[in-house]
Amino acid sequence: MSKLIFEKSVPGARAFALPSCNVPEPGELPDSFLRQEDALLPEVSEVEVVRHYTELSQRSYGVDNGFYPLGSCTMKYNPKIDEWAARLPGFANIHPYQVEETVQGALELMFDLEEMLREITGMDRFTLQPAAGAHGEMTGVMIIKAYHNHRQDLHRTKMIVPDSAHGTNPATAHMAGFEVIEVKSNERGLVDIDDLRSLMSDQVAGLMLTNPNTLGLFEEEIQGIAEVVHAAGGLLYYDGANANAIMGVARPGDMGFDVCHLNLHKTFGTPHGGGGPGSGPIGVKAFLADFLPVPVVVKRDGRFALDYDLPLSIGKVQSFYGNFGVMVKAYAYIKALGASGILEACENAVLNANYIRTRLRGHYDIPYDRLCKHEFVASATKQKKEHGVSALDVAKSLIDYGYHPPTIYFPLIAEEAMMIEPTETETRERLDDFVEAMLAIARDAVEHPEQVKDAPRKAVIRRVDETGAARNPVLKWTP
Amino acid sequence: MGYVPNPSRVVREMLEFMGLQGRDDLFADIPTGLKLNRDLNLEAPRSEQELRQELGRLAARNTTVDDRPCFLGAGAYDHYIPAVVEQMLLRSEFYTAYTPYQPEISQGILQAIFEYQTMICNLTAMAVANASMYDGGSALAEACSLACDVTRRSRVLVPDTVNPSYLEVARTYAAGGKMDVVVVPGKDGIADSAAIASLIDDQTAAVVVQNPNFYGNLETGLPAIERAIHSRKGLLVMAVDPISLGLLKPPGSWGADIAVGEGQSLGNPLNFGGPYLGFFAASEKLMRKVPGRLVGQTVDLDGRRAFVLTLQAREQHIRREKASSNICSNEALCALAAAIYLSVVGRDGLKEIAARCHQLACYAKNELQRAGLNLKYPQPFFREFAVAIGDPTAANRALLDQGIIGGYELDGGLLLAFTEKRSRAEIDRLVSVLGGIDNE
Ligand SMILES: Cc1ncc(COP(=O)(O)O)c(C=O)c1O
Repeated sequence: MSKLIFEKSVPGARAFALPSCNVPEPGELPDSFLRQEDALLPEVSEVEVVRHYTELSQRSYGVDNGFYPLGSCTMKYNPKIDEWAARLPGFANIHPYQVEETVQGALELMFDLEEMLREITGMDRFTLQPAAGAHGEMTGVMIIKAYHNHRQDLHRTKMIVPDSAHGTNPATAHMAGFEVIEVKSNERGLVDIDDLRSLMSDQVAGLMLTNPNTLGLFEEEIQGIAEVVHAAGGLLYYDGANANAIMGVARPGDMGFDVCHLNLHKTFGTPHGGGGPGSGPIGVKAFLADFLPVPVVVKRDGRFALDYDLPLSIGKVQSFYGNFGVMVKAYAYIKALGASGILEACENAVLNANYIRTRLRGHYDIPYDRLCKHEFVASATKQKKEHGVSALDVAKSLIDYGYHPPTIYFPLIAEEAMMIEPTETETRERLDDFVEAMLAIARDAVEHPEQVKDAPRKAVIRRVDETGAARNPVLKWTP
Repeated sequence: MGYVPNPSRVVREMLEFMGLQGRDDLFADIPTGLKLNRDLNLEAPRSEQELRQELGRLAARNTTVDDRPCFLGAGAYDHYIPAVVEQMLLRSEFYTAYTPYQPEISQGILQAIFEYQTMICNLTAMAVANASMYDGGSALAEACSLACDVTRRSRVLVPDTVNPSYLEVARTYAAGGKMDVVVVPGKDGIADSAAIASLIDDQTAAVVVQNPNFYGNLETGLPAIERAIHSRKGLLVMAVDPISLGLLKPPGSWGADIAVGEGQSLGNPLNFGGPYLGFFAASEKLMRKVPGRLVGQTVDLDGRRAFVLTLQAREQHIRREKASSNICSNEALCALAAAIYLSVVGRDGLKEIAARCHQLACYAKNELQRAGLNLKYPQPFFREFAVAIGDPTAANRALLDQGIIGGYELDGGLLLAFTEKRSRAEIDRLVSVLGGIDNE
């Protein structure tokens, strides 16, 4: 067990000293504003701080440790040159309020990144301000709202979201003040277009759609869907979390989407940071460009500038211009790949997913067993029914085999779901090893189900008491 | 260059294994009419060597705070970042992981977040802190919307001494329709506590106070505002600067129900505005309403201490449209930077840094006054203040000509920030330039 950094405190120990200073000591703060008791922070030497965080890193697992098929999250390899680039002092050590002439390089990078994202998505304008996918969703849905309001079309109070949608979609629509209406999936795992038709009315602001959807299936009737939504005056929102599956092959802008977000931290190779930071740029068609958050980056007479003059703008969603450090990495990534690399990445993401799907067939249920895109959903229903071994048990067993588990119990429309997304940056050998582990677990489920239900045994801890954690929450250390 | 590891021979074999003729078959489900059927119009792929040169060139076109002393603050601050922070963040087990959904394989990250939550609670004197929000502005917006949710009221009073960007973000969120942000004009660079008190009614969900406020000033009316809002059963939301909390009374001691702020100062580079981290802390009562990830302590099957994401029934992946927020990815790595930073500077270091910032700011104020300049507001401040200047744009240009990144331009003033990175000599240069310009 790791001690907490607080438990390593030794009164008087320190890892920091200020430079000397030769200005007079002041004493101008009113007493009533002073802190009475020091904030309890660690007192630890430098070497112990370093050992502490090194140890914590060793108790963590990233893409650099091994295969991380966490569905919907696109855990691809994060190129090291991108890390180098984002740490260049010319990018990392510039203040957001410096005058434009001193940050031309940064503005140019943002301008060029926007241009590349436009080409990749077929959208007309972008904002790079949102800090993550869900933040982009909120920005996009607010733009949809502002558009209807601007047209005095004030009764569009509903947002349609598929039952297979990611949780952020309905949560976003609700935050933006919409009533969330769920559209059913049909037996093929796609939006039920008849159900959609029956839900559409002049009260519907739009439809939020992920394509390929969270089952990894391409919404083949997307043109029909777009027609239905547009005919009733609604707008079409593209959740771009799965853009890795289509980039270079097809574009949301050509499918009829009016607004789309991208997750730079999925599709464009920037690391996930243990939970963030991400970046969730929003692209819109020209007729929505006036509603984008301010500022937008523009080029005037060969100079780059921040333009705040967008009278219809929804406002700001972030204090400054977005997660610039993440943009640098995505920019470097797209530049490295070019058109051919983007297509190759997409093809191989789809290839790898289908390869695993094909190899698992017969050992696990695959609820929608046909050509998938970058991910697919397998199910532990058979193991559960026959041996009491659930998706959770399979996931925990994978840890013992040295893998990060897939996303489980999502999407909600598949039972005992295990959503597997290998990404393009895995070798066939690794995919084969992973499949062998999955097959071994399937055998274990038959022969020693108790063992599977007890997994993991090789991790630093065994399964944890989650119920106890929620019932009696301990959310901070107390001495 | 791409990062696909399988050589084309292997790709062919994999296609064959699946009974597919070629790569196009992988996209047979996409209607032909929707296919791009051309190459994307992007520049030719770059080698790593070319990338290095190009990015180096772009970066070199920016003037950095390493090249020029920087007196800009206004929500983002040029504090020193210890080498340990940078080095530890390069551990790729941290930065190439994602949200620690699976506790057995993520104890390190979970523990680091638990420690971060503890540090934020201790700094702010609040009962709970989440694992981070996107930034200070969005944290404040979420705080306002939480206040509206729990009080079932809709009005939020915000003095115009709050960071204008935060205010704009809150306004954008308010378009959701559940809250109404009312801006109350300040007086002499601080909130007008009497005006705020007179506006508080039983529809007021919260009052927001930023301390030190956007102008660097201490909000001396805080006790009156606290009494006024709590007597009408509304919430006090405070935005605070984490460095200041080494010295200044924390929001918990002022009676705040929610405390938020921009955590960039804690070990995160300026990054031209992001990624930063919003911190979000609240009273015990609000624990089950807090947005975002929370890490809790528990035990494993053998009774060992363990950490796990908890109270997830608040979150979008469980509650969908009923979630307390839509946030999913947060700013975990920036929060980790903050935790490492606070571990390095430690209990005494943070106090010393805060005191040094204040000391340098006071020195600058005295020197500016000696040079004949006046403060824009007659208020006590922490590490940032506004000096009255007729043409702040011209002043900034004069400073830049002398190799100094000046301040944030206000109407008739320049907002100047002083971190521990500034030296006496740099301040003397600042003063001599500002003292020398024609100021009406
Ligand atoms: C389909 C889908 N939509 C939206 C999101 C939200 O993205 P973020 O976590 O960047 O907010 C995710 C992330 O997991 C996702 O998988």
